[in-house]
Amino acid sequence: MANLDIMLAGFGGQGILFAGKLAAYAGMLEGREISWLPSYGPEMRGGTANCSVCLSDEPIGSPLVVEPDVLVAMNMPSFDKFADKVKPGGNIIVDSTMADVCCMRRDVGFSRVPATQLAEDNGLKGLANVILIGRLLKLTGFSDLATLDAAIEKSVPPHKADLVGFNKKALRIGHEFVDAEECQ
Amino acid sequence: MSEKVLMKGNEALAEAALRAGCRNFFGYPITPQTELAAYMAKRMPKAGGNYLQAESEVAAINMVYGAAAAGARVMTSSSSPGVSLKSEGISYLIGADLPAVIINVQRGGPGLGGIQPSQADYWMATRATGHGDGHVIVFAPSTVQEMADLVAKAFDLADRYRVPVMILADGLLGQMMEPVVLPDPIDTAEIPAKDWAANGHKGLRPHNTISSLFLVAQQLEDSVLARHDRYQLIKEVEQMAQEEQVEDAEVVVVAYGAAARVCRSAMHKAREEGIRAGLIRPITLWPFPTDSIVRALGPGRAFLSVEFSTGQMVEDVRLAVEGRAPVSFFGHTGGVVPTPDEVLGAIRRAASGERFNELPFKNRPKGGVL
Repeated sequence: MANLDIMLAGFGGQGILFAGKLAAYAGMLEGREISWLPSYGPEMRGGTANCSVCLSDEPIGSPLVVEPDVLVAMNMPSFDKFADKVKPGGNIIVDSTMADVCCMRRDVGFSRVPATQLAEDNGLKGLANVILIGRLLKLTGFSDLATLDAAIEKSVPPHKADLVGFNKKALRIGHEFVDAEECQ
Repeated sequence: MSEKVLMKGNEALAEAALRAGCRNFFGYPITPQTELAAYMAKRMPKAGGNYLQAESEVAAINMVYGAAAAGARVMTSSSSPGVSLKSEGISYLIGADLPAVIINVQRGGPGLGGIQPSQADYWMATRATGHGDGHVIVFAPSTVQEMADLVAKAFDLADRYRVPVMILADGLLGQMMEPVVLPDPIDTAEIPAKDWAANGHKGLRPHNTISSLFLVAQQLEDSVLARHDRYQLIKEVEQMAQEEQVEDAEVVVVAYGAAARVCRSAMHKAREEGIRAGLIRPITLWPFPTDSIVRALGPGRAFLSVEFSTGQMVEDVRLAVEGRAPVSFFGHTGGVVPTPDEVLGAIRRAASGERFNELPFKNRPKGGVL
């Protein structure tokens, strides 16, 4: 399978790091080389947070994703900061509840997922991040649902085990999501 | 063997220390190292050991001195400014021939600097961890797996040579998660007895004295030279480096830790465009793997040191090369991590016969000055 460099970005508290961990964990469960690198500056305390995830079949060099194959942007500043850096042929996924934006680039795939709204509507408040991982999974096929389910089981801490089911539900909502017509 | 787990570098260092029989940890929080201390705070009491958050780095390193003098496996950890604070205590550990493991998860400096990844403490680690004629052994892991693997070796070498061992990581390695297979816990009964330790003996043997104070010059010289005899042995047998695609290389990149990861990406890109790049990755920074560098010397071959600093290890590369090959440098500092493409640019220039010391100075023509 091809290498996949993922950049996830948003506000602190949106679950960017956890979403990245799910992708990384799924890669590890499939026996691939993976790395997960968070931003750990003052952004952790309320500003923008981002997370680099690399999936590869070779040992990973720099774990810092500079030119992502996929950008998952959970707010407007993150879209503005990273949209231009996505590799041609790559994908941009935005949480359109948080970033009501159209992408001017025609050399990348663009998916608007109202993830925060979908989460609210489905009683999954706070799981917009996992909905977006579901969409990422569908668009790139970097893993499969069963592996992501296992990653959720491994990543949700034991004292929050009751959230496993909600996470799996959120994953499926993202996986089954179909983009509305292309935005102009 | 245990299963593969996903862990931060900082956590892997802590867990590996517990598995290496470390039952004493004294530290003080500082970004980007804090997860290590937090992990120890949670796990050490359950392992039956002592975890203590000291009132300062100075206090912590002196607690390390006490525990080491009593023969315990003991560790402390910090990041750059905190390690500066520990430097007096490290010198005392060296002077008293005490084994201990000191972690430095480097951040940008000088001063309080920043909290992003840096390799600006190379000189501090290899040249002057404290005052006096002394050294610590310095390991430079490059992956989370290696962070876990080097900890037990650090304790073993510290005990064998009675020299403190520093693991020099950086914020990138400390914060990143990678799959890691943790080493099996050692049988603490197999740690060689420390008959020199000051650990109480109910009057059954003569007193052991732990001190770094020698007021008679000749006695001090004797003590320092005895230690340097061990340093000589360490230099002969403990050098470690990983060599990749050096055999046919026209440019040998020398980089350690996280910088080596960036360089590996750049090396592959260079190979794709027909430039034969290789990589020497020092795993021990002191002793510096001079033997690897000397082995790599060859006609038409250039060296390129790449660091997250303004150029520190490059001096050791030049000392090893002794003028027999061109040695160039490329780096970023202050927490800026070079991209593989920037390193690729430096490799191209080194391959074209250029010799340079390249720093990203503003308002200065590209190419820098030598």
